[in-house]
Amino acid sequence: MMNHMTIFPVILPLVAGILLLLLPGRLLALKRGVSLISVLLQLIVAGLLLNTVNSGEILAYALGNWSPPFGIVLVADQLAVWMLTITALVAICALFYAARGTDSSGAHFHTLFQLQLFGLNGAFLTGDLFNLFVFFEILLLASYSLLLHGGGRLKTRAGLHFVVINLVGSTLFLFAVGTLYGLLGTLNMADLAVKVAAAPADDAVLIHIAGLLLFAVFALKAALVPLYLWLPAAYAHTSAPVAALFAIMTKVGAYSILRVYTLIFGAQAGAAANLIEAWLLPMAMLTLIIGVLGVLASTRLRQQVAYLVIVSIGTLLTAIGINSTAGITAALYYLPHSTFAAAAFFLLSDSIAQRRDVMDDQFEPGPIIQQQRLLGSLFFITAILIAGLPPLSGFIGKFLILNAALPHSAFFWIIGVILITSLFTLIALARSGSMLFYRAKAPHSCNITPGAEPRSAFALTIELTPVACLLLCCIGLVIFAGVVTGYTAATANQLLQPEMYIESVLRMEVIKP
Amino acid sequence: MELLISLIIGVLTASGVYLSLRGRTFPVVLGLTFLSYAVNLFLLVMGRLTIGSPPIITDGIIQYADPLPQALVLTAIVISFGMTAFVIVLALKAFSEMGNDQVDGQHKP
Repeated sequence: MMNHMTIFPVILPLVAGILLLLLPGRLLALKRGVSLISVLLQLIVAGLLLNTVNSGEILAYALGNWSPPFGIVLVADQLAVWMLTITALVAICALFYAARGTDSSGAHFHTLFQLQLFGLNGAFLTGDLFNLFVFFEILLLASYSLLLHGGGRLKTRAGLHFVVINLVGSTLFLFAVGTLYGLLGTLNMADLAVKVAAAPADDAVLIHIAGLLLFAVFALKAALVPLYLWLPAAYAHTSAPVAALFAIMTKVGAYSILRVYTLIFGAQAGAAANLIEAWLLPMAMLTLIIGVLGVLASTRLRQQVAYLVIVSIGTLLTAIGINSTAGITAALYYLPHSTFAAAAFFLLSDSIAQRRDVMDDQFEPGPIIQQQRLLGSLFFITAILIAGLPPLSGFIGKFLILNAALPHSAFFWIIGVILITSLFTLIALARSGSMLFYRAKAPHSCNITPGAEPRSAFALTIELTPVACLLLCCIGLVIFAGVVTGYTAATANQLLQPEMYIESVLRMEVIKP
Repeated sequence: MELLISLIIGVLTASGVYLSLRGRTFPVVLGLTFLSYAVNLFLLVMGRLTIGSPPIITDGIIQYADPLPQALVLTAIVISFGMTAFVIVLALKAFSEMGNDQVDGQHKP
């Protein structure tokens, strides 16, 4: 059973998605149940896998019993399982929130949600470059439909841009994959790592081109400057639970960068060693700066949160760009923190916007919102998390990153950019918080009817539980910071010593018929 | 033959890039289609060009065609086909909702 555990995160959402497609639309409660059970099972499987890989073991699974590098392999190493766990946690909270009504605004929400998870989990687990492309397409196709779910003019326009830019990205991905296959004759990542390291010097230029094309694709998925322009509109206009789930989608780009450029184009890659070292760090810092300008300039809360996602991606990739064990340790600690915080913020801004009636989430003085103390406190905690103030996980994450930057030759720049952007994030969030909560006017003085009728305590609990859960996950990251950094440090070591990965994939034993 | 194929891929890519940079949705969809044609051909050619050689092991034959790019290109064709269908529907939806076929939704006379 344990042997087959690796395939479950991929199979479960696929089966659930197909099952949900067969259920008639009027059985929405049943659909919610099936969807929720599937996500809960995914979390349990991720937990079991986490327990297994914690010892440093790498689980390789040969699909169809074809021995690598000929068949496709799924590989569960510490990084992949870490990503699976984060995805499952975010998905549960987003799904809970969606079950309040987002899922009834169009058909097949739950099917698409499960297929999105299918694509995400597959992308994290696969050990084959072409298979990575296929899972990217699955998660993108599901995300296109989720983004447009519920309809609306702004959604359609943002969706069109999102689809077109990603289709161009897919084309570039295929060009890169084709070039690598034409040169090296394999697409298995472990085998590619061996072949790239042993490639003749004549091919070095072409391998560089393919590697940098791949980087462009992953940078597009991660929303790195200058390829970030699709993100703010898409994330700001889609429904809240979908935006919360999308918080993990930019991390797929970061994951792919981490995987491909430590394994295939890492330090051991001969002529193509440390291929993107010169590019990643400056681009990530530029992303931070441009993202924080967007945060300052935003006129709506959801737009601001979307730019905060860009800022978090900039911080994350800066940490990865430091290219040391400490840097990757810090990045892997910062990754779940930023995902949970962004997801919580998307859900919270939806709750706030609903209570502001026609003012929606614009930064203009609006009516006093209901339950403003409760929502205000949640906003405050989330803002502290995102800005990176002590004592919450944002502070620990940024502290680890700054600490990792010290030995780097450009440490002055890294520390300066991270600290200054944190300051500006703090200023922007303080401004939006005071606009939304302190400068609110009584309903009669601004000619706006107060929002919907008061919510019951039960409805309020249901509404805010997902946000509270996500914030609790962040607090958990603080309380168990020692355990978590221990795990991420082991993961960073595993990533920077790709021999283990290569060994366990290429030497795996296939059951003889 | 190599020259001809690379010319075809180059021309397809160039026209794809040009069209996908246009301001209206229909040329953009056409451009994306051209780009996917180009990349499909490119993938196929990456298994090297051979004529009349089988991809499956047969007795008495020394030269084989690489079957893997053929499988890859089949997957890529299916995916790009589905994506094209999706983007066409989306472009139609955008046209009906925004009242014009500009990619950024604003009519420029």
